[in-house]
Amino acid sequence: MAAPLLLVVAIMFVTVAWLFRQTINVQPWQEAGIGSAENSSSGGSFHVPPAAVVLAIFLAVATSLFALSVAAYFMRMMQGDWSGFVFPNILWANTGVLIVSDLAMRSARNAARRGESGAVRNALAFCGACTVLFLVGQVHAWQQLNSQGFFGGSVSSSPSNSFFYLFTALHAAHVLGGFFVLGRTTLRVWRDADAARVRVNVELCTTYWHYLLGVWLVLVALLVPAISELCRARLFS
Amino acid sequence: MSAVAHDESPYAPPAEVPDNMADLAHGHGFWSTYVFSQDAKWIGLQYGCTALAVGLVGMVLSLLMRVQLGFPGVTSIVNPSNYLQFVSMHGLIMVVYLLTALFLGGFGNYLIPLMIGARDMVFPKMNMLSYWLYVVAVVLLMVSFFLPGGATGGGWTLYPPAVILEGTPGAGAGLIMTLVSLAIFVVGFTMGGLNFVATILQARTRGMTLLRLPLSIWGIFTATVLALLAFPALFVAAIMMMMDLTMGTSFFMPAIVSKGQQLAYNGGSPILYQHLFWYFGHPEVYIVALPAFGIVSDLIAVNARKAIFGYRMMIWAILIIGLLSFMVWAHHMFVSGMNVYFGFFFATTTLFIAIPTALKVYNWVLTLWRGDIHFTVPMLFAIGFVFSFVNGGLSGLFLGNAPADVPLAHTMFVVAHFHMVMAVSPVLVLFGAIYHWYPKITGRFLNDTLGKIHFWITFVGTYCIFFPMHYMGYLGVPRRYYAFDNMQYIPDSMHALNAFISLSAFAVALVQLVFVYNMFVSRKNGKPAGSNPWRATTLEWQTEHTPPTHGNFGANLPVVYRWAYDYSVPGAQEDFLPQNQPPAGVAPENHGQGTMLLDLINGRAMAAPAEPAASAGHH
Repeated sequence: MAAPLLLVVAIMFVTVAWLFRQTINVQPWQEAGIGSAENSSSGGSFHVPPAAVVLAIFLAVATSLFALSVAAYFMRMMQGDWSGFVFPNILWANTGVLIVSDLAMRSARNAARRGESGAVRNALAFCGACTVLFLVGQVHAWQQLNSQGFFGGSVSSSPSNSFFYLFTALHAAHVLGGFFVLGRTTLRVWRDADAARVRVNVELCTTYWHYLLGVWLVLVALLVPAISELCRARLFS
Repeated sequence: MSAVAHDESPYAPPAEVPDNMADLAHGHGFWSTYVFSQDAKWIGLQYGCTALAVGLVGMVLSLLMRVQLGFPGVTSIVNPSNYLQFVSMHGLIMVVYLLTALFLGGFGNYLIPLMIGARDMVFPKMNMLSYWLYVVAVVLLMVSFFLPGGATGGGWTLYPPAVILEGTPGAGAGLIMTLVSLAIFVVGFTMGGLNFVATILQARTRGMTLLRLPLSIWGIFTATVLALLAFPALFVAAIMMMMDLTMGTSFFMPAIVSKGQQLAYNGGSPILYQHLFWYFGHPEVYIVALPAFGIVSDLIAVNARKAIFGYRMMIWAILIIGLLSFMVWAHHMFVSGMNVYFGFFFATTTLFIAIPTALKVYNWVLTLWRGDIHFTVPMLFAIGFVFSFVNGGLSGLFLGNAPADVPLAHTMFVVAHFHMVMAVSPVLVLFGAIYHWYPKITGRFLNDTLGKIHFWITFVGTYCIFFPMHYMGYLGVPRRYYAFDNMQYIPDSMHALNAFISLSAFAVALVQLVFVYNMFVSRKNGKPAGSNPWRATTLEWQTEHTPPTHGNFGANLPVVYRWAYDYSVPGAQEDFLPQNQPPAGVAPENHGQGTMLLDLINGRAMAAPAEPAASAGHH
């Protein structure tokens, strides 16, 4: 549980430090008006759209969720019945597809900054296609494990497989949420054809796709048998 | 809503959202106005009514338990199996579906936009979705009562392996329904919580700096941040338990023999579940308490006609309590066994929380000190809260210490402690808050006499219920038990005490019906309240209309010139100065915020001629 705890402490530390900076010299009981230096130092709002603030907070929430899942993975690993994960090779291909999807999103963002609507449209569509491909690949990995008898009652024989299902399901749910927003943004570009109007949306989507990729890389790394064994050895040392 | 252009002028922050009435989602018919409304005030009322309705269900369950404990065997309605279901569902309903939903969903939605001077939440549609997911969660929880096997009886903490095993009531469909309900609740709350935080950070009106926010908003804000970070633990625990139940995984289920049969589970860790659950469960205490702390601060300041003592200290105390609340979860697991050094760490952090909490109590008392105290019904509830919270907190000192906790953990002492600190205290604040803001919501006062009857019977009655339980726990009377047959160490006097507690509980329950009656009747027949009946400073009392209309503030948003606690200011004509009253020598702004920002962006100075405050003020 140290990982989520450290995360929360870090988030709270940043929040408290920010508030400290905002408020240390302020004496609100003194009559001040609206135009004094007091207000400029303690306004406390961010110079970004509300959607960006919502995304930042949501990423903190999602990080808390994944950190807790990973903490559970480590704690479960310390039980006596742990056995290595049967790593389906398709996960490497899926990881590659997600990287391409992220690169496509990045190029959509760059095109939006340059105001090239056509390029934005194409990049978003390509990113969407890659995302669908990633999800299909994940389903295929599930089916592959299922066909090897790791689903249903047999799952209990391998706790690491159970975590594979948990990690991929949680990650896929977040990918689907992102895909919904991506779809809406793509539709807007298709109808509107004005890159400037969707620039903020595309930038926020890009941040989210970077996050999805980052989380996936951590999760898939933890499932790699060699890394998983290394973690287990460290936990028992 | 889109962001406004922002310059470096000191005038511009913190208004980041344009004041554009056209952006508001106005209802155009019955469904969009009253059912799927996107107005935060209405959503707050929907949350409030739903939470109170489900709270009544929770109260009935507690009465059924008290019938059995006070008068064993008097009714056949309660049996050992459904007694456990009543205990479990009472806990879940009261903690999650009533208190969390009412404080954050109800008061959060109603108060945040009004108190910070915003038209609405920044994402109204997401706000509406949040409420409807809450309704779905509540419906699923209620449905679980009627499934084969009934609702879960594994305790509100849903500890595995017992909760999953066949012998526990509701171990199948009832448990699955509860877990789905909790997961949906978390998703719905996350939508609402994101909105709360973004709105408080980005949509405050001009001049409403962080240190001019009323403490109610600080409490709701910090509790929301806690909930956003803590609820994922409940979510992931619910998903993992569902997988254990339906897919045969063994996250939490160890190798176990049930009814003579070896189950397919192997190697899971029930302690892992406890860590996840309490990582959510302890912050949950403060998710409920912090909004109560904030609201009670405002009730006390208004009714003592005095600035809250140590405003900045109160904010820091809220933040430090929030931070510490994530570092104490394992004190709920002392009896599960742990490394003694961990036990020492968690006992220490637990006791540390007493410091900022005590600061808050001192500040409430010092605010009352030499104040012009008005014993209104909200004030009675606020003072009642201070007493109950101190009493509940003191018994927490026992349970926070591992050596004292171990013998007390499974006794009625714990029931007494957490009910005093987490049930009676916040519920007293809830009632105080309802009496306080009801005139803004409806334009009429609640009946004062009925309110005082409600307060005194609730306050004295809850003490009659929970104070004796400390003594019972000290004698070793166990909690969660259906009956105490053949327990030689429990004297007969304990049974008499149980009967007394039950009678007190019936009286307290009865007087809640008086409160419900008061709310219904006063809506039409209550004394008209006017726009600012408590002569309060905060923005929700300065609206053009009472009840406030959609958009809250008429044509122009208010501009804030001062903090929320200018009561009894020396030299002032009135004993309160509203937050939107300009200081002496400063002219009020009369034009809209959009125009103002445009002026600023275009570089035109805001050089209005100075006017005396008396002529500029609203009152």
